[in-house]
Amino acid sequence: MTPRLLALGDSAWTLEFGSAIDPAINARVMGLAARVAQARASEEPLMASVTDVVPTFRSLTVHYDPLEADATALGERLRVLAQDGHQAMQPGRLWHLPVCFDADFAPDLPRLANAKGLSPDEVIQRLLAATFRVYMLGFQPGFPYMGGVPPELHMPRLPAPRQKVPAQSLAVAGEMCAVYPWESPGGWNLLGRTPVVLFDLRHAEQPALLAAGDEVRCHAVERATHDRLAAEIARGMPRETFLKAPER
Amino acid sequence: MSGLLEIAQPGIGTTVQDRGRAGHRHHGMPLSGWLDGPLARAANALLGNPPDEAVLELRGTGTVLRVKAGPVRVALAGRIAATCLRSDSSRGPLPAWQSVTLREGDQLQLGPAESGCAYLAVAGGLLMEPQLGSRASYWRAGLAGVLGRAFLPGDALPCGTWSHADPREWRCRSPWTANEGPVRVLLGPQQDHFTADAIAQFLGQDWEATAAQDRMGLRFQGQALAHISAAAADIVSDGVTPGAIQVPANGLPIVLLADGQTVGGYPKIATVISADLPRLAHLKPGTRVRFEAVTHEAAHRALLDEHQRWQRWLASRETYLPPGTVDETALYASNLIDGMLRADP
Repeated sequence: MTPRLLALGDSAWTLEFGSAIDPAINARVMGLAARVAQARASEEPLMASVTDVVPTFRSLTVHYDPLEADATALGERLRVLAQDGHQAMQPGRLWHLPVCFDADFAPDLPRLANAKGLSPDEVIQRLLAATFRVYMLGFQPGFPYMGGVPPELHMPRLPAPRQKVPAQSLAVAGEMCAVYPWESPGGWNLLGRTPVVLFDLRHAEQPALLAAGDEVRCHAVERATHDRLAAEIARGMPRETFLKAPER
Repeated sequence: MSGLLEIAQPGIGTTVQDRGRAGHRHHGMPLSGWLDGPLARAANALLGNPPDEAVLELRGTGTVLRVKAGPVRVALAGRIAATCLRSDSSRGPLPAWQSVTLREGDQLQLGPAESGCAYLAVAGGLLMEPQLGSRASYWRAGLAGVLGRAFLPGDALPCGTWSHADPREWRCRSPWTANEGPVRVLLGPQQDHFTADAIAQFLGQDWEATAAQDRMGLRFQGQALAHISAAAADIVSDGVTPGAIQVPANGLPIVLLADGQTVGGYPKIATVISADLPRLAHLKPGTRVRFEAVTHEAAHRALLDEHQRWQRWLASRETYLPPGTVDETALYASNLIDGMLRADP
């Protein structure tokens, strides 16, 4: 599909590659994001007015200063960059997140297991075998929308959202997986909790732990380990502890 | 010399704002920042501040400020009732559209903004520690201190430095006012999710602002709009921006504002143009608006027009000597008072 150039008002262009959640579409989005980043880094004059570049499942939104920008020329440049799909995409980072599946942390695990004819342990084993891919961040600062949930775990949202989902809850809904960075209302099925902080202002350049294009694997930890890690993270344990160099 | 304001009573709806936090939307961090940029910048201009200094955005009522260390020079922009209680127990209204110098112990009672949004600037700007490059309040991202939560009694608002040896105050001949007429939009990006009748209806009826509004967004009431199909009422989330008008399955538009999230899953029938975005700050419940579709070129011209209109307003500022002050400067050079003594960026 030829990417569509859509005006999001007079201060943003959206380059749309498709209308579905699809790894191939998202890969094209991330490819364009990388080319726009390169054009900005090499100080292309048209890019000077660009303020934000936001990848989503299926499109890239480029926000610009409407007073400074030559919007038409910028849109045309983005259209050209969007069609040039040959450049290799920067591989994302691979994170290994500890997750505790204690009953306190996984209120929806028994129900999901029951609905799927699996034991809670079998659900956990399937989650641990999966590699999740971050499609985009949104909903809340640092909130990752991740694909890669095994089909046998696909489960609709709760009929009525919870008033309070605890921060750092691992949750699934349909084909999506996420970790809530903040305590908030939410309707996804809660299956565990990670001690890793997903949005941390101590990292001013990159407050969100995850970025679109990253991959995430989980490993199970006991409650005591979860609590110890949470305390160490609060004291400044480096994030890179949870980053694995790609083994590919 | 720098002053210090203190929150005597938090009230509701008062936040610290500046131009916002561009550059972090790919982290899921909203833009935030003032809802009405030209009005906020007008407040700064009434103090000779650079236009983008942090100010207080006043959308509620009941906030009381106390001058903990003075003097502090302030200016109000917008239609708002405000009272000044002097430390000598005298009281009087604090007029908008001019600077006023407050002394230690003076208090400011900030009433409701008549239109739903007004700004209080201080000379030198508010100097909270910027977070992610901005002093804009946002309560859902763990920002430290007063930027990350509602005000509490006793919160300190440090003010920047300014030269108060000069007794002259600033004022302008006429208030800055927003433009009038329909709120202009660019259709889309998902106008193809709506029937032709729905687009015509969207542009052809008055929409009433409801009480369901905050800094994230505002819901309108009117005759519901039809999507081309039930499935067309949802999209796989894509990027949104302040001014984007989402229409969920119930057919009633929601316009996103400065604290709106960075992505959204409802189709956007249209997006308000930058020139008219500030007007959305003033849609109190019951206010009726009509939308008008324009071209990209017209949107750009409108923004340039607004910019020039603001520059003309800026040129109407002047300094004056409040009654009862000794104009020492004039003693030395009686022709100096020309209103353009400070360089504006």
